[in-house]
Amino acid sequence: MSAGRDGPILSVRGLRTEFPTTRGRVVAVDGIDLDVMPAECLGVVGESGSGKSVTFLSMLGMVRLPGRVSGEVRFDGRDLLGMGARELRELRGRELAITFQDAQMALNPSLSIGSQILETLAAHGPAGSRRLFGRDPGQVGRAIEMLTRVGIPAAAERLRDYPHQFSGGMRQRAMIAIALVCNPRLLIADEPTSALDVTVQAQVLDLIAKMRRELGMSVVLIAHDLGVVAEHCDRIAVMYAGQIVELGPAEAVIEAPRHPYTQGLIASAPWLSDLTRELRPMPGSVPNLIDMPEGCHFAPRCPFRSDACLRPVAMRTAADGRQVRCIRPEAVA
Amino acid sequence: MSLRTLIERLLQLVPVLLGVTLVAFLMMAFTPGDPVEIMIGNDEHVTPEQIERMRRDLGLHLPLHERYFHYVANAVTGDFGLSFYHRRPVSEVLFERLPATIELAIASLLVALAIAVPAGMIAAVRRGSIFDRVVTTISVAGVAIPNFFLGIVLIMFFAVNLGWLPVSGQTPSGLNIPRVTGFLLVDSLLWGRPDAFVEVLRHLVLPAVTLGTGLSALLMRVTRTSMIETLQQDYVAFAVAKGLSPRRVLFAHALRNALIPLVTVIAIDLGSLLSGSIITETIFSWPGVGRVLIEGVTTRNYPLVQTAVLMFAVIYILANFLADILYVVLNPRIRLK
Repeated sequence: MSAGRDGPILSVRGLRTEFPTTRGRVVAVDGIDLDVMPAECLGVVGESGSGKSVTFLSMLGMVRLPGRVSGEVRFDGRDLLGMGARELRELRGRELAITFQDAQMALNPSLSIGSQILETLAAHGPAGSRRLFGRDPGQVGRAIEMLTRVGIPAAAERLRDYPHQFSGGMRQRAMIAIALVCNPRLLIADEPTSALDVTVQAQVLDLIAKMRRELGMSVVLIAHDLGVVAEHCDRIAVMYAGQIVELGPAEAVIEAPRHPYTQGLIASAPWLSDLTRELRPMPGSVPNLIDMPEGCHFAPRCPFRSDACLRPVAMRTAADGRQVRCIRPEAVA
Repeated sequence: MSLRTLIERLLQLVPVLLGVTLVAFLMMAFTPGDPVEIMIGNDEHVTPEQIERMRRDLGLHLPLHERYFHYVANAVTGDFGLSFYHRRPVSEVLFERLPATIELAIASLLVALAIAVPAGMIAAVRRGSIFDRVVTTISVAGVAIPNFFLGIVLIMFFAVNLGWLPVSGQTPSGLNIPRVTGFLLVDSLLWGRPDAFVEVLRHLVLPAVTLGTGLSALLMRVTRTSMIETLQQDYVAFAVAKGLSPRRVLFAHALRNALIPLVTVIAIDLGSLLSGSIITETIFSWPGVGRVLIEGVTTRNYPLVQTAVLMFAVIYILANFLADILYVVLNPRIRLK
């Protein structure tokens, strides 16, 4: 674990998010424990519906009613879940930023790129600059600088443009610029490449890596694509049905996965294998999150399951520090 | 919108307007009752020769298809004929009355929006709350109450019982505002008489509320639905994640986009605003096009009715056209394509 000088910037214990529905209680996030170190890049991988995005929206207080969030989330020592609305609002966008999967949806179609970046600066700027009309020249300069840094050519002229006038890759860059304009200490990048063309995906990932270096921030990279995470992250957390099932250094998890789900994920991923190897699709599908049984969530699909898997399975830490949620002794060997 | 589409749109008007005149013409022609008989009334001293001369003067002796042809041929040159009753050009009579109708329509729309947008917005933000349920229920009632009923109830309550507002008309009798634009709110100010302005405004309140209520109920529901949908968009979540104030998120990000469908609905519903104005103007003796149209129907004033219907059709089409333009202004995705 790449321990920072200080403690973790983000520390999560027992995070749980439930949604009552007419058919039962959906536990979208089921007891997440997680630390993000300063300047670290943590990858969070899992299939659609595994609770990756909800986990981080829960931390930011952005889960819609009637969703209920419990547990403990500390950002730089401050308790996020117990925080007042105003305090949380001042933290969002300034110290804790998030980008969404599809910039076309995340950018407001009827506001110019310039006003969408400037309003963030205005919201977090000194009180005097919170002007309704007219622009603060310093903030305009900062907006142009940020757009230039994410690789938008002729940024000054493009401030007046609307999102639809940008290409897909440019929109993604603009969204990243908006998220990073206040120099946040942690960026949560939620599926930053899923909506993009393959040729643009690498550019956007490189951009996030570059901005992480330059701003010295931590990054949580959420993806369903192990390949994306493998290349750019220090550590990987693998999520399955609302739980983390494996957590460890990126290289180690990819090379020698210990949880049967991670093993299946890697065996079925064409982008990680050499071309001679045979792909093995994982049997079954992600379980229904309504009234999940107590035992291991992966047991119904697991080739190694036994009766012992029907009891709750805790996260276990191996001697080398890697964490796995599996009862088999070889998993933590 | 390019010049080409603009011209195309205008050319599309021709068959529509022809159809409107034909329908209006035939409906009046087949309505029982004769304009000359209605004009004569019970006067027993009129000779058959005089009646024949009157019919000839009004062009009623011609066969139906010739009457229609004459009407359309003259209308193209801007001559819509003489009003049987007023003995003046129909266009003159109608244009005199138009400002009163427009004034009422605008006031009704403002009343409707002033109620609908805040109510719809709050109902959407507090979806499922008591406020939401109460407002939604009231809006059902608002759509269901007919204009003529609401108008009479309002008159009974606010004008007759409480005496707060005038019963009918556009001005108190004896107050003659010099006519400049025809819009009495404007003319009273040009005249330099704020007291006259207040009087006109007082006369406007009840008809505007009567006409605006039904529309506000509809617009409230559209605002609510549209706002609920908008609030679920990613860009609203992103705006929240940027740390913007709830007010900024609601007004700059959500409301602006939520109002786009409202513009279209207003334009489409302008037809019911116009037909509603016919009823409302009659109840409140409001000297607009709607009331003169009703008078024209009862006296079988053919040219007047045909032209008034044509006028409503043109206004309706122009409003739809305006809605298209507004839609583009509000929606930059279309603007620059």
